[in-house]
Amino acid sequence: MAIEINGKSFETDEEGYLTNLSDWEPGVAEAMAKEDDLELTDEHWEIINFLREYYEEYQIAPAVRVLTKAVGKKLGKEKGNSKYLYALFPYGPGKQACRFAGLPKPTGCI
Amino acid sequence: MAGAEFETPELTEFIEVPKLVEGTMEHVTCFVAKPEHQEPLGFPGEKVENWKEVAIDKMGDLLSRYRSFQVFMDACVKCGSCTDKCHYYLGTKDPKNMPVGRQDLLRKVYRRYFTFAGKYFPKLVGAADLTDEVVDEWYSYFHQCSQCRRCSVFCPYGIDTAEISMAAREILDSIGVGQKYCNEIIGKVHKIGNNLGLPGPAIEDTLEGLEEDVYEEDEVAVKYPLDVKGADILLVTPSADFFAEPHVDGLIGYGKVFHEAGVSWTLSTKASEAGNFGMFIGSYENMRRVSLRIREAALELGVKRIVFGECGHAWRVAYSFLNTLAGPFDFLDPDYPVPQHICEFTLNEIEKGTLEFDKSENDDMSITFHDSCNVARATRMGDKPGGQFDIPREVIKAVVNNYHDMEWDTIHERTFCCGGGGGLLTDDLMEVRVKGAKPRMTAFKNVMEEKGVTHLAAICAICKSQFTKVFPYYGMDMFQIVSVHQLVSNAIVLNRKTPPEEAPGYGEDDDDE
Repeated sequence: MAIEINGKSFETDEEGYLTNLSDWEPGVAEAMAKEDDLELTDEHWEIINFLREYYEEYQIAPAVRVLTKAVGKKLGKEKGNSKYLYALFPYGPGKQACRFAGLPKPTGCI
Repeated sequence: MAGAEFETPELTEFIEVPKLVEGTMEHVTCFVAKPEHQEPLGFPGEKVENWKEVAIDKMGDLLSRYRSFQVFMDACVKCGSCTDKCHYYLGTKDPKNMPVGRQDLLRKVYRRYFTFAGKYFPKLVGAADLTDEVVDEWYSYFHQCSQCRRCSVFCPYGIDTAEISMAAREILDSIGVGQKYCNEIIGKVHKIGNNLGLPGPAIEDTLEGLEEDVYEEDEVAVKYPLDVKGADILLVTPSADFFAEPHVDGLIGYGKVFHEAGVSWTLSTKASEAGNFGMFIGSYENMRRVSLRIREAALELGVKRIVFGECGHAWRVAYSFLNTLAGPFDFLDPDYPVPQHICEFTLNEIEKGTLEFDKSENDDMSITFHDSCNVARATRMGDKPGGQFDIPREVIKAVVNNYHDMEWDTIHERTFCCGGGGGLLTDDLMEVRVKGAKPRMTAFKNVMEEKGVTHLAAICAICKSQFTKVFPYYGMDMFQIVSVHQLVSNAIVLNRKTPPEEAPGYGEDDDDE
């Protein structure tokens, strides 16, 4: 599978995750969101950017609690919870947001 | 992105046995493992050329290695006791999801190649050749079994469909047709140490965050230690406890219990996974490799005890197989069970009087308990029969004011699977998961309506994740699932205050400036 953006092709796996993390560019997130009927706002981008930064450092997506805490610190305590994240990413911050951010799919009992 | 469209079953007043409809689930399949998922586990990368020969040889090998498998292939008399016991049949109406129907997919091939009658008069005894179509059917229907063993409770011969599913998956792996979900995960355990693939620094960062959170809330420095040599207790817990909700709330609870009990404990990066998907795919070798990590960690850290966190199938592997797979554990303190479940540990402390609770902290909830299959039907806890049912409930009742059980024929050894166990907790099997959850959802909805229950508590990482996902399909809220030790965490009174220099971040400001 692949996503086409302005004539450029981005390879994805069978679950729609980017095959090569380094291929990622903001347009990829925009295109994936469009497929999911979502429009990316600044709030979405805050999360996507955090995911990418965290992945860069730890080679894994942040735990939900690490993510909610970071969001709480940056955007205010009332937003530092998974309800807020699920409102932004209905398929789940761990899976949908990671996909938009070009990260591999988290696996396991989650 | 979402999988195939399907209809969520409508909940009825009782768990009804549906009229069978053939083939309702024959379209279901899940992603096949790629060579990079297969080879590190010792399996061929893709379907081998002489797959038929290899599959039959493998079946013969399993028949000779596991007496139980041979008996299960021979003993069925088609009495029908199992037919209405599987949650996947109840939720899908597909007769191949009746336990006997599922078993027969393998049994017909067994008969053809391993019995006299099947070799010479195959049609008379329902024997069938092994063909590509049969392999596809195995792949589909043996990934619609959560290996929950409910059917085996009702089978007069004790035929265990879980073991038959494990054998089928082992045969499929041996010819190069593995399941991506399980095999990718097992590869991560071999390489990194846990199902999620969390490297040590990420675990450390997560645990530091938990220490800060607990301190912020309670002003007590509860520690979540990692790789501490010389600690008394090694806690082995599913990696979902680091990563997901409500799992992490349970992990926070374990730490508070250890803190109040005044014991020294540690987590381990090497043994950062309680789960063992080697069991789901029936691979003794992979199950053993995963288990040995726990032994190695225990030896390296020099611990005296091993305690397991909230994980259903992990407790089966731990309680029933760990000594065979990775024993002997003669280097541990013989005064304690090897291994011990966190619920046993907590209940012991409650009985000793070391823990104080304020139950009113949980008064915003009314709780019921979901017995996880592997705990309920494949293990025990404590030293009394039925301890695996009573101990978690006693822990819950010690920390909440409002508790009600679900219907008697849906709990204890008759518990209904969450629908996502046994290696099915993957998005590509969402239809199976949602439909298979129907009986449990029915019982939960009834206890909500009749007793005012608001939350379902569980001691299994898979159950917790599965309910989070399937509740919304049935009109419930994803946050209605809680960890048992989350309830403990809410109610526990932290009396062992710590000196300020032990607070997280103490002294850091001086270094920063």
